[in-house]
Amino acid sequence: MAAQIAQLIVNGLITGALLALPTIGFTTVFAVLRFPNFALASHVTIGAFAGYVANVSLGLPIVASVLVAFAVAGASGAATDEWVLKPLRPYGALTAAIASIALTVALENVVRFSFGNELRAYDVPLYRDWRFLGVRLGPQQVENGLLAAAAVAALFAFLRFTRIGKAMRAVADNPTLASIKGIDADLVGRLVAFVAMGLAGVGGMLVGLNSSIDPLTGFRVILSVFAGAVVGGLGSVPGAVVGALVVGIGEELSLVVWDPTYRSAFGFLAILLVLTFRPRGLLGERAY
Amino acid sequence: MASYLVSIATFAGIYAILTLGLNVMWGLTGMINLGLAGFFAVGAYASALVTTALGAPIWLGFATSAVAAALAGAVLTASTLRLRGDYLAIVTLGFAELVRLIASNEIWLTRGTDGISGIPGPLRGALSPADFNLLYFGLVVLGAGAVLVLTQRIAFSPFGRVLRSIRDDDGVAAVAGKHVARFKIAAFALGSAILGLAGAFYAHYTSYIAPDIFRPLITIYIFLALTAGGTGNGVGALVGALIVMAILEGTRFLAAEIPGLSGVQTAALREFTIGAALIVIMRVRPRGLIPEPVPMLGPATGGGREARP
Repeated sequence: MAAQIAQLIVNGLITGALLALPTIGFTTVFAVLRFPNFALASHVTIGAFAGYVANVSLGLPIVASVLVAFAVAGASGAATDEWVLKPLRPYGALTAAIASIALTVALENVVRFSFGNELRAYDVPLYRDWRFLGVRLGPQQVENGLLAAAAVAALFAFLRFTRIGKAMRAVADNPTLASIKGIDADLVGRLVAFVAMGLAGVGGMLVGLNSSIDPLTGFRVILSVFAGAVVGGLGSVPGAVVGALVVGIGEELSLVVWDPTYRSAFGFLAILLVLTFRPRGLLGERAY
Repeated sequence: MASYLVSIATFAGIYAILTLGLNVMWGLTGMINLGLAGFFAVGAYASALVTTALGAPIWLGFATSAVAAALAGAVLTASTLRLRGDYLAIVTLGFAELVRLIASNEIWLTRGTDGISGIPGPLRGALSPADFNLLYFGLVVLGAGAVLVLTQRIAFSPFGRVLRSIRDDDGVAAVAGKHVARFKIAAFALGSAILGLAGAFYAHYTSYIAPDIFRPLITIYIFLALTAGGTGNGVGALVGALIVMAILEGTRFLAAEIPGLSGVQTAALREFTIGAALIVIMRVRPRGLIPEPVPMLGPATGGGREARP
């Protein structure tokens, strides 16, 4: 039993690390552009397929394919934000949210049109799992977890140390003050859309490396992403990491109680619980 | 051909009821619901289960579907009342997925992905299929008409005025002494009940429901219908439902005409069209074809909020 629990926690940590990337994307857009961008789901999928083309069709190694996933998902995220969502934001956050759902449907079907519905797998070598004290761990899982951790570390360094990262935090914190200081909110908004959706795309590819991808890849993780963002506190980047880990581990541990098919129900329950007892989440500030 | 038209018109009527339900939440009160498919499913399953497993009469199935969906709506709203509207968006979206999960996996109750078949329809046994379809079309028209009259009465009652004031600025409504939380729960529950009724209409018409029928795409159809017709306007909602049905069926034929596409590709093209149409209409006609009438109280100042799509 102890070994089984330990196994679930290890799996959950890795799932959580992968989830952290799209969750950071969702929460950053919420913090800076101030609306929930549900089109994130389609950018998770777009990243997964861009990485697939790079890895399988072009034969690039995994790390290079991850960079391709970032660039393509980021570009599609920034372009659709600029042309589709930004003009609708003046009508209110909820109107933009509705448009982002419509955008998800449209983009998901662009992927479906180009690649079809069948499951696709990346070109990764199969290794034998490692075993410690009855806990199994696949080398590919470890690599994915490390890649996700590296991406998160790079993002934190970017936000903490670079000028443009500081500008992003300033706009998220107080847009009026930021504009008085001469920060171009438009430019920051574009960059946020690029980085956020790029991270979502990397998350999609890493999730796909563990299993397989299809046009619904993004849609399947989206509930866990919302849950992670809400648990951590909507708008908080460190909160997104903590929230994603909590949701990842929680989903795995919930398998003790119920069937694997109900895994994502954990996310919904977590959302309701957090909203009832601590609406600003574990690390967030703005909820009201 | 005639039977095809009758069935399309019946589905359009069911979409119209869904659109009227959304109009109470989003159009009148400004509360978002991205889980329309979930409430539609709750209504359909509630009525189907009550009439098949318990053998209850059909009218009781309809009543159950409205009550079940209203309860779900009230609980979800209550959990997010103090928070920004974005949270309701996330919760309702999650709710629709949860409903699908339960419908697919609680096989003892819902028969899982096999779905529930043999749902009774009024006089189905006594009439020929063509006559049944005509009768049912009449019932749907009556149902949609009744919901339209009811929601229009509500919209222009004191209760409806409070809802619109909450939509435009809930702070002002609160300052005017209105119990905003109670009104929001009531409005969302009422809208949900209408969505649930639409589910019952669907179940008893097709006599078969399965989790796959209640896809998230339905939520887009209904937002498209409401936005195209005119948010906040009941008559616009009916027109919008007809427009969506025309797009859905029209693209079915058009997509089949394009040579060299696989089945998956035509399906993808149609769904893309729906998503893109909603975005385009939000951009070019944010107030819809039939905009909400603006009550004239004194000189129009042009103040207040801009038109909301």
